[in-house]
Amino acid sequence: MKLAYLGVLAFILLATGWLEIVLRTRVYRRWKRLLITIAVPVVVFVIWDLYAISAGHWGFDSDTTTGIVLPGNLPIEELLFFIVIPIASVLSLEAVRSVKSWPVGDESTHAAGEAR
Amino acid sequence: MTYTQLAVIGVVVVVLIDLFVARTRLVTRRAFWVPYAIIVFFQLVTNGVLTGFAIVTYNGDVIIGESTPVNGPPPFIGEGRLAFAPVEDLLFGFALVLLSLVTWVWLGRRGIQRTPLAGPPIWRRDPEHAKPETASGSRVPGA
Repeated sequence: MKLAYLGVLAFILLATGWLEIVLRTRVYRRWKRLLITIAVPVVVFVIWDLYAISAGHWGFDSDTTTGIVLPGNLPIEELLFFIVIPIASVLSLEAVRSVKSWPVGDESTHAAGEAR
Repeated sequence: MTYTQLAVIGVVVVVLIDLFVARTRLVTRRAFWVPYAIIVFFQLVTNGVLTGFAIVTYNGDVIIGESTPVNGPPPFIGEGRLAFAPVEDLLFGFALVLLSLVTWVWLGRRGIQRTPLAGPPIWRRDPEHAKPETASGSRVPGA
């Protein structure tokens, strides 16, 4: 069961990946925007995670994780978590937009109406 | 600081970023809250697996509830837990999801791959979102 945590992450990718095809979310197709999007929460939450691990807030079961650990005792699953969740979140946002067409705020550039 | 304190601060900071820094104002839009409702349901399921099987364990000194027991799962609900996970995880997840979506939308507003827009679903024949040049193109052959 070393792959349990990884399995959860794989499930999340599968459970959201079909949206790209069936709802035409076009999130993976906009991969540059997606990569930059991922980078922001990765940096912020890896820092939080490293602090929490060092302060003993939480820990990870060695029987259900791969044992591949990054500097700072960060399991590789945790880094992947902060990549997978933003992808799933954006797919969810764009899936609802595909169906409902509610305004999200990026319908045009400089949509905030700021003086330009 | 405790996880409880950090989680509250995390939510406040990200909401402030949404409203006043990126000015994406997602927390004022149903286009955010409906996807978030879907996400939080799946968070309870997947995080329930991670916490119920003690893949991730918590220290009772820094959360409202008790430490993850050495033997057996933590409470399913109550004692500071919901679906086995500390309630703090709901705040942590909200901050993570909102920060991700604020970044995504902020980039779009800056013109970074704003298009192609999402939709329509494959069961809709009329691609109302599509650019004119693709609407008459290969998407719906024979239509």
